Amino acid sequence: MSTLASVSGSRVVRRSPRAALWRRLRRNTLSLVALGVLLLLTAMAVLAPTLTPYDPDAPDAEHALQSPSLRHWLGTDIYGRDQLTRIVHASRIDLLVALGATAMALSTGVVLGAVAGYRGGWTDQLVMRAIDAVMAFPSFILAMGITAALGNNTLNVIAAIAITHVPIYARLIRGEMLRVREMEYAEAARTVGNRPRRIVFRHLLPNCVPPVIVQATLAMGFAVLTVAALSFIGLGIRPPMSEWGAMTAEGAGYIVSGEWWLFLFPGVAIMVTVLSFNLVGDTLRDLLDPRMRGL
Amino acid sequence: MLGWYFLKRVLLIVPTLFGVTVITFTLTYLLPGNPALVKAGPLATPEHIAEMERRMGLDRPVAVQYWRYLSGVLRGDLGESATTGRPVLQDLLQRVPATLELTLASLLVALGVGIPLGVLAAVRRDSWVDHVSRLLGVGGVAMPTFWTGLLVLYVFFYKLGLAPPPLGRLSAGASAPTAITGLYTVDALLTANWAALRSALAQLVLPALTLGFSVMAPLMRMVRATMLETLESDYIKAAWAAGLPRRTIVYGDALRNCLIPVITLIGVVFGFLMAGNVVVEIVFAWPGIGNYAVTSLMSKDSGPIQSFVLFVAVVYVVVNLAVDLAYGFVDPRIRLR
Repeated sequence: MSTLASVSGSRVVRRSPRAALWRRLRRNTLSLVALGVLLLLTAMAVLAPTLTPYDPDAPDAEHALQSPSLRHWLGTDIYGRDQLTRIVHASRIDLLVALGATAMALSTGVVLGAVAGYRGGWTDQLVMRAIDAVMAFPSFILAMGITAALGNNTLNVIAAIAITHVPIYARLIRGEMLRVREMEYAEAARTVGNRPRRIVFRHLLPNCVPPVIVQATLAMGFAVLTVAALSFIGLGIRPPMSEWGAMTAEGAGYIVSGEWWLFLFPGVAIMVTVLSFNLVGDTLRDLLDPRMRGL
Repeated sequence: MLGWYFLKRVLLIVPTLFGVTVITFTLTYLLPGNPALVKAGPLATPEHIAEMERRMGLDRPVAVQYWRYLSGVLRGDLGESATTGRPVLQDLLQRVPATLELTLASLLVALGVGIPLGVLAAVRRDSWVDHVSRLLGVGGVAMPTFWTGLLVLYVFFYKLGLAPPPLGRLSAGASAPTAITGLYTVDALLTANWAALRSALAQLVLPALTLGFSVMAPLMRMVRATMLETLESDYIKAAWAAGLPRRTIVYGDALRNCLIPVITLIGVVFGFLMAGNVVVEIVFAWPGIGNYAVTSLMSKDSGPIQSFVLFVAVVYVVVNLAVDLAYGFVDPRIRLR
């Protein structure tokens, strides 16, 4: 056996303990940076009006379509509005939608999943069939349909993204419920005479929290991508409100005339935000959910 | 055993499709943006709207309305487009080949780049290939697809002048090849129409790369993870011990087993492709169904977009069914469960 191991060890999988440690450390450094970026973004969103020297909506015809300079770090658009100011202000709406949608989906999904998983029987059947129906749509396509039907404003976009995210949490919690409801401490809680609602929300749900946190972090990034894409095709947040996807759509028209900063920077903002959520989510998964480690 | 599994899986799509039509019915008829209001026009009086609601059957019980909707859908009646004045189904079917061509080309890109990169990343773990592939994976997920599209357009069309302007499936002046499959590249090949082939390929490259790149990450990650696991397994160690050449072991024995889980991912990837299609079609003015749905909406015509949503969902359900059946066929453990 030792010869087999050394053969594969030397030729295919080169992996020393030091390399593994270095890998994890570096990955965590990256995630710490990502966490820092997220905190910075949040601070930026909260403090937007005091941070930016310009008005995001006030036109300034004299300085229209200027390329990045010391005065306007990320250039100006056709109306002379400062692009950096608009990007900073847009972080408010993008983060708000992501947070709102995640909160809404999380609370709905957790309750549905908990009830379905604990009660079982026809309740379970009913909930899971409804979840299946939602999951039969590619989520972005369903979000398109919902915003088209409801009309696009911020609240409807939040609702649309939330609906498409509910299955993530409902299925996760249901699976966990099925697992923990048979455990001895659940049995004990029942024997003592606790009511089902108390058992589920007091005793069982807290044990399902870690994977939910991981999913919610990853879902935040996905929600930012979705709201940006919806706005890009005109189904999300509409101008003049500044939103990253809508700004990219406006900038797209200037590619053929070479004003590259107009489409480039809002996209960078989206990418950095999503990347940070993903990195933090991945690290949380490593820390909280050892089963998924190494994937 | 095999037949039983297949039958059960096929029957399972009936409740799913029922749920799908309930949702699209709700989106089409029950939510604001009342179709009677839209059809009657902005100047309609309340009486006029009520009359319109009666004529369209919107005053009937919901169950009756749903039944009407469902039987219409089953007959292929998806309503009429106010923009083109033609049946929506006809409009959609006419644009399906464009979307299909883009989707298939992107899938080819994703598989053709994602699988080899995943294998290399596993075989040379922690080497620069591994890092580059991880970077590409992380980037592909985090970069908004529409933005990647604009970026490649800016570089390859505006800056370098290598790509043609993003004006659809054929460059200006080129004529479409004789229609056989509706896929321009395939038709051009079949009819040996090299001018059309060149034009169609030139138009297809950037959107397909953009979309393929954006959906590649899950494939790559899956191949890398299963490859790592497989390389550690006993039968591979035994193959090493038996002195088989490296190439045979990695690309023969190990890879074959890694491709099975990739099949399950095709369904997920297809969902991402359908979503990405919409924005890529907008960026590159690609005349597919997503572009059609979004442009109709721009002219206040919400019928086509709901039909598009239904259409995509049905295709998605069927693709997932096909994936499950294929998986059950390839891996007997699934159907025995």
